[in-house]
Amino acid sequence: MADAATPTPPAEKPATTTGILAPGYSFTTLTDKIASIALSRRTPFVWFIGAGVGFLLTMMLLTALTWLLFRGIGIWGVNQPVGWGFEIVNFVWWIGIGHAGTLISAILLLLRQPWRNSINRFAEAMTIFAVACAGIYPAFHTGRPWLDYWLIPYPNSMGMWPNFRSPLIWDVFAVSTYATVSLLFWYVGMIPDLATLRDRAKKLWAKIIYGMLAMGWRGSARHWSRYETASLLLAGLATPLVVSVHTVVSFDFAAGIVPGWHATIFPPYFVAGAIYAGFAMVMTLAIPLRKLYGLEDLITMKHLDNMAKILLATGLIVGYGYVVEAFMSYYSGNTYERFMIWNRLHGPYKHAYWALLFCNLVMPQALWFRKVRRSVPWLFVIAMVVNVGMWLERYVIVVVSLSRDFLPSSWGLYKATVFDWATFIGTIGLFLALMFLFIRLLPMISIFEMRAILPEAKVREEEAEA
Amino acid sequence: MSGPKLYGLMAEFENPQDLVEATRRAREAGFTRLDAYSPYPIEALTEALDIHDRKLPAVVLGGGILGGLCGYALCYWTTVVNYPLVVGGKPYHSAPAFIVPTFETTILFAAFAAVLGMLGLNGLPMPYHPVFNSPRFALASRDRFFLCIEARDPRFDHDETWAFLTKLGPRVVMDVEE
Repeated sequence: MADAATPTPPAEKPATTTGILAPGYSFTTLTDKIASIALSRRTPFVWFIGAGVGFLLTMMLLTALTWLLFRGIGIWGVNQPVGWGFEIVNFVWWIGIGHAGTLISAILLLLRQPWRNSINRFAEAMTIFAVACAGIYPAFHTGRPWLDYWLIPYPNSMGMWPNFRSPLIWDVFAVSTYATVSLLFWYVGMIPDLATLRDRAKKLWAKIIYGMLAMGWRGSARHWSRYETASLLLAGLATPLVVSVHTVVSFDFAAGIVPGWHATIFPPYFVAGAIYAGFAMVMTLAIPLRKLYGLEDLITMKHLDNMAKILLATGLIVGYGYVVEAFMSYYSGNTYERFMIWNRLHGPYKHAYWALLFCNLVMPQALWFRKVRRSVPWLFVIAMVVNVGMWLERYVIVVVSLSRDFLPSSWGLYKATVFDWATFIGTIGLFLALMFLFIRLLPMISIFEMRAILPEAKVREEEAEA
Repeated sequence: MSGPKLYGLMAEFENPQDLVEATRRAREAGFTRLDAYSPYPIEALTEALDIHDRKLPAVVLGGGILGGLCGYALCYWTTVVNYPLVVGGKPYHSAPAFIVPTFETTILFAAFAAVLGMLGLNGLPMPYHPVFNSPRFALASRDRFFLCIEARDPRFDHDETWAFLTKLGPRVVMDVEE
C-alpha cells in the first residue's frame, strides 16, 4: 500500500493530534473517507472471503447446537468430574475479550485520551459481538436451553425464585447488564454518525434505514450539550460495570472450594486478564482492518504502540497473578493447593500450562522494545499468541483443577469432542460474520469524534473571550 | 410572503470559529430563539448559547437510586419474604450476596435513564424538523456550521434579521420554511 509508511509526526503539529491522525485531513475529507466505506466504496474482495468464511462457520455452529438440542450435552466432552469444559473456558474467554472495548470507550474517554477516538467504535462492536458469543455457552450448557428463562426472576406458577446467593445468578445479572449497557453505549455513540450516513446516502433504502436509526439527529448545540453529558455519565457507569463483570465471572470460580479456584487474587487477576485478552483481540482486528481499508492515516503506528504498551502492562499484572497463585498454594500449606501447582507443571495437562506461560508471560516481553512495538507483523503475531495464551489460561483454570481435585479415586481426564471444537470454532465464525457485517454497514470509526480532534476543530480562546 | 410559513433564517459558516462568533453576536443583539448546528460538539458554543441544563444528571441519579432500591428489594422480598429457603446454611437476609445484583440493577437503570433521558430531553426521535427543509443543511453532519434564528423570536424581522446575519460573514443566508 502506497501510504503504508507512517510518517513520524512533525514537531510543529498540535499536541493533541500528534501521531494519532496523519496531517492533511479536513472535516470534509475525513467524513467522506469513513462514510464511504459503508456507503459508496467498492467492497474489497477480501471482505467477501472473510464474511463467507464467517458465515460458513456460523452454519457449523448452528448445526452443532441443533444436534446438541437433539441429543443433549452428552455430545460434548463434559462429564464427571470435569463438568465445566470448553463451554466455560470459551464463555470466560469471550467475555474477557469484550472488556477491552468498554475500556477503550469508557475508561479512556474519562481519562481524555484522544487516541481512543479512532478505535473505540469497532472495539465496542467487538465487545457486543464477543458478549453475544459468550452468552451462547452458558445458555446451552444448562442442558435444557428451552428452560433458560428460569434464570430470570419472574413470578411463576411454581412459586420459586432464583437463589440470589449464588455466583451463577450474579453472572446472569452481570452479563446481561453488561450486554445491555454496551449495546446502549454503542448505539448512542453512533447516532451522530448515522445522521452523517443518512445525509450522505444516495440510495433511498439507505436514507430510510440510516434515517430511522439516526432518530432525526440534527447536530443542534443544545442536543450536543446533553449528548456529551450522557456520554460522560454512561462512561462513568460503564467503568465500574466492566470491572464488576469479570469480577463476578471470577466469583464463579473463587466462591468454589476447588483447589486453584478458591483464591482472593481472582477478581483483579481476572479483570487484568480480560483487558489483556481484549487488547490482543483489538490489535488482531485493527491490524488487518487498517490494511484492508487503507486506514493507516487514522489508526496509526501511535495507536498500535499505545495498545502494545497496555498489552505489556496488563500482561505483567497477569504474570503477577500467576506468581501469586503459585506462591499462595505453597504458602497455604494445603496439600491439595500444593498438588494443584505440581499438577499444572507436571500433570497430564502440563503442555497447556507451559504453553500458557510462554504465550502470556514470555512472548509479550518483546514489547519492551520499541522496534517490536513499531513493527506491524510482530504486533500481529504477539496479539495472536496472547489470544491463544489467554484461552489456554482459562483451560488450565477450569480443566486442570476439576480433573484432579481431592480424592484420586474421583479423578478423571477431560477431552474435548468434535462438537466442542465445532461450537468453539463456530462462535469464532459468528464473531467474524458479525464483525464483517458491521464494518460494511455501519461507520467503523467514530466520525464526529475524529472531527473533534482535527486541528481546524479548535475554537481559539482569545476570540471566544471577545 | 404567501406560501409556506417561515420557520426562520439560517446562516451557513465554514468553520467553528465563525459560528461561535456569530452565535455570540446574535445573543448580544438580543435574539433568544436561536440554535446552532455543528458536525461535532463544540464546548464554546454551549457557552455562547448560555445553555444551562442540569436535568440529565438528576435523571440519571434518580434512575440509579431507583435501580438500586429495586434490585435490593427484589433480592430481599424473594429470598426473605416470598420464598425463604436455607441454602448453604446462610441467613435468609444474605446482605453481602445481594449487593451484586443490586449493583448491576443500579448500573442498568442509570444507563437506561441516561440514554432515554438524553433522547427525551432532546425531543428525539423526531422524524420531521423544519431545518431539514434547507437543502444545504445536509452538510451540518459533514463539514458546515449553521446558525438558525427562528421566526418566533420576538426580535425577528425578516429583512432586518437577514441583514444582521449577512453582516456576520456567512457563506450564505437562507430562508427555512416550516
